[in-house]
Amino acid sequence: MARSSVAAIDWITVLLFLLLVGFGWGNIYSASYENETFSLTDFSQPHVKQAFWILFSIVLIIIIQAIEVKFYERFAGLIYVISILSLLGLFVFGKTISGATSWYAFGPVGLQPSEFAKACTALALAKFLSDMQTNINLIGHQLRAFLIIALPALVIIPQPDPGSALVYAAFFFPLYREGLAAIYLIVGVSAAVLFILTLLFKPLWVVLAIAAVMLFILIKNRKRKPPYSKFLLALIVITGFCFSVNYIFNNVFEQRHRDRFNIVLGKEVDSKGIGYNTNQSQIAVGSGGWTGKGWKEGTQTKGGFVPEQHTDYIFSTVGEEWGFLGATFVVILFILLLIRLINLAERQKSQFSRVYGYSVVGILFIHFAINIGMVTGLLPTIGIPLPFFSYGGSGLWGFTILLFIFIKLDANRVNEW
Amino acid sequence: MRKLLLYLIIITTGVVFVARLFYLQIYNTSFASLSEDNAIKVIYDYPQRGAIYDRNARLLVTNQPSYDVMVIPRELKPFDTLEFCSILNITKDNLVKRLRKARVYSPRVPSIVIPQLTKDEYAYLQEKMRKFDGFYIQKRSLRDYETVNAANVLGYIGEVNEALIKKDPYYLSGDLIGIDGVEKQYENELRGIKGVKRIQKDRFNRDIGPYKNKKFDTLPVNGKDLTITIDARLQDYGQKLMKNKRGGIVALEPSTGEILALITAPSYKPELLVGRKRSPNFTKLYYDTIAKPLFDRGLQGEYPPGSPFKTINALIGLQEEVIDLKEKVSCRMGYYYGKGQKLGCHHHRGPLNMIPGIANSCNAYFATVYKRIIEKYDTPQEGIEVWRKHAQSFGLGNYLGNDLSAGRPGKVPNSEYYNKVYQYPTYKWYATATISNAIGQGEVLSTPIQLANMTAAIANRGHYYTPHIIKAIDGKPIENENYTKPKITTIDKEHFEPVVQGMYEVYTNGTASFLQVEGIEICGKTGTAENFTKIDGVKTQLTDHSVFVAFAPKDDPKIAIAVFVENGYWGARYAGRIASLMIEKHIKGTISRTDLENWIFTHSLEEEYAKPYSGEPFKINQ
Repeated sequence: MARSSVAAIDWITVLLFLLLVGFGWGNIYSASYENETFSLTDFSQPHVKQAFWILFSIVLIIIIQAIEVKFYERFAGLIYVISILSLLGLFVFGKTISGATSWYAFGPVGLQPSEFAKACTALALAKFLSDMQTNINLIGHQLRAFLIIALPALVIIPQPDPGSALVYAAFFFPLYREGLAAIYLIVGVSAAVLFILTLLFKPLWVVLAIAAVMLFILIKNRKRKPPYSKFLLALIVITGFCFSVNYIFNNVFEQRHRDRFNIVLGKEVDSKGIGYNTNQSQIAVGSGGWTGKGWKEGTQTKGGFVPEQHTDYIFSTVGEEWGFLGATFVVILFILLLIRLINLAERQKSQFSRVYGYSVVGILFIHFAINIGMVTGLLPTIGIPLPFFSYGGSGLWGFTILLFIFIKLDANRVNEW
Repeated sequence: MRKLLLYLIIITTGVVFVARLFYLQIYNTSFASLSEDNAIKVIYDYPQRGAIYDRNARLLVTNQPSYDVMVIPRELKPFDTLEFCSILNITKDNLVKRLRKARVYSPRVPSIVIPQLTKDEYAYLQEKMRKFDGFYIQKRSLRDYETVNAANVLGYIGEVNEALIKKDPYYLSGDLIGIDGVEKQYENELRGIKGVKRIQKDRFNRDIGPYKNKKFDTLPVNGKDLTITIDARLQDYGQKLMKNKRGGIVALEPSTGEILALITAPSYKPELLVGRKRSPNFTKLYYDTIAKPLFDRGLQGEYPPGSPFKTINALIGLQEEVIDLKEKVSCRMGYYYGKGQKLGCHHHRGPLNMIPGIANSCNAYFATVYKRIIEKYDTPQEGIEVWRKHAQSFGLGNYLGNDLSAGRPGKVPNSEYYNKVYQYPTYKWYATATISNAIGQGEVLSTPIQLANMTAAIANRGHYYTPHIIKAIDGKPIENENYTKPKITTIDKEHFEPVVQGMYEVYTNGTASFLQVEGIEICGKTGTAENFTKIDGVKTQLTDHSVFVAFAPKDDPKIAIAVFVENGYWGARYAGRIASLMIEKHIKGTISRTDLENWIFTHSLEEEYAKPYSGEPFKINQ
């Protein structure tokens, strides 16, 4: 590791990383400790394990920084293939924990390859997009890019772990930045909005409302000769989509997914059964008030009312014990980190680094948005961790590797490739 | 441009989250209380309810332990139901039903299976309890009465109702609260303050230790002991005298307004409304719509006061200077007004001036005085208002504002009332239209406690203290100005002597001369009130009510009393005898007029009360 590259490390990002990991560990401690005696050797306690995971992630950081920067670009393809193979290997050697066959067991330690696959996919996508021959505006190249992204997701879905698969939507960020037509975004977002609206109201009403809006636009712009045929086509597609929503919802989705949607949309109230997680987590967060109940003083946290509190629901501990101020602090840390990473990505000279940087931003953002959205009851229950915060070795290492490869790339941005 | 959109997405998400957090944590406060319910178990430590003593420090009400058999359905194990049922003396069906109900309520929260076991039942069960997993016994505190009387004064306690639990967060389901009488009025003093223990629970509802190191826990504060103004000896005696009669007695101490005795008949034993028996007994009392044992006749019975009200008209007459002490009014067996209309009177020597007028209760005399009071003013409306203002200054016609849980305002009619009745101004009305007020009949209504208070005001020669039941709280005499500051009547002090003299002569040579008690100068006034009921929709007159007011001794009054006996015929017959005996009991402590006492003990009015329900024609005033 050259001295110059250590000096070039973006310490702001490192500081934000350390704050998140440190605060996260404090909350895991509060959510999982059972007695006051703190023992570094009691591996039955999650906070002790997590402390070791954190220490090991420091080792990972040093290794990542020590490796020659060209390694990441050169071996991106190979890394990606290994990653896919490790995901496929789960179907043979995988260990099942709480319904999902997502782990390799090495004695007491479980490794979750899907947590590492994100970084691998980011490298592969960066490699592909930065290739001189690649033109993102060609349909064929778009399809290849989509394939790179979709392949790990498709392998992860049947584990089953649809939450982790959903994360691959994050690669919209680099694709968009690299010039993917905005129409994909518009279509994607519109489809999501239409989907929700159709669940809330009858499809007919949604279609009528959209037709009315279209008619209004057409009449207003009639002098400029608007493209009537395109509007008509859009309306036909929308109508078809709206009327198929209920079919998709009822036949493609599983009951638990439907339940989660219905709870968030307020169509179903069930605080004891399927809505228990969301309800308890909202109670925990809501009871925090301005400044919270204080570290280790959360009654909901102590009572263990929120399931999976030290993993996916760790943010509810923040909300309860640190209150509005603490929770807002965490949200701001994440926002600062994401903005900082966009700024770093933008200053990259190589396209590889930039694409990779945006991938990091996308992955961290989608975890952050889905996780906190779920804990605060804005989104349906989708079990993915809060980066750097949630308990879990694989998750922590996966995010650490993801972030610090980018820091390494950024530190070498001025060097010749 | 593209970069901006990504920034925008990220920052918008952040803003949405902060807004959502603000909504959850600051704006919507219901989560905080949900969290309390969820994670913190609150255990209450119930304090001892304060005891109640009479004015001579005789203990009237204290506490007794009682034992509830509780069950936690989740912890039940198969047990010998036959043995269990035979110990507790319930049927198996009953047990199964109660257990099912408890399970429906909550499998993990305790429910009462059998409430309020006695000490004996408890002692027996205690040995066997270990055999029955899931059941345990919880100690509670019930009232224990050291007296069989004064139920109407003391009141009772019972489980607090839903409406109150919602209104007052202090009370929880199953808590006991004063429902009537002193228990209700002084609930806050008697109940004390519950102690609180907070225990942190986990999601399985198991205790995992004290919450925040007992920082928020408090110890219970025992309730305060009350001393009430009742003289239990006098109360007991009064209740004995009222046996087989219906009516009320109110005895006051004129110099303080303290209620010495407050008796209603028929009554019930206070212990009937304790514990497990309370509900069936209460129902029985409540549905006795003929004897109405829950109706406090001393406080709630509104009757025409009859002749005792004449003393008030005499005082108003003197104050308004429409008559002097010397002027005699002739009486030809009544007072004639209008075209052949007459307010009848009884045999007495005549014509009379004021003092013998009171002593002989001459209707003609008071009709004359009353008419002059009303006619002194330009219109009868004005006259009525002046008269009413004077009467009201004796505490008549409105709530007394005392510390008793029941009461009625009585009635002193105003000009508006007569305007309405006589359709003024279409038709005019004159003093004679209201002439019944002169003798306390007609529109005037009062409760026995108002009559006693009016008598106390006369005994005090022009002022009274609001009657009250509380004497001391935790040994400290009350300082409430409502009870310690006198209320002044609108009548000048000098006008009282002749009226007092007239009441004295009621005893020496008037309508109550046979009721004299040796060594005590009693002033009194008889009263007889006509009354009616409806039998099969027909208004039917019943035997007159017997009314008597008195105070004694004449120049240093220690007791003012009003006695009211339903259908007791004339004033001196029942009410007068009882009043004399009560006065002698209070002042001397023993009874010398045993002849009166025997007469009262041996005479019952039950036959009289049965008449309207016999279904046969009957005679009254026999």
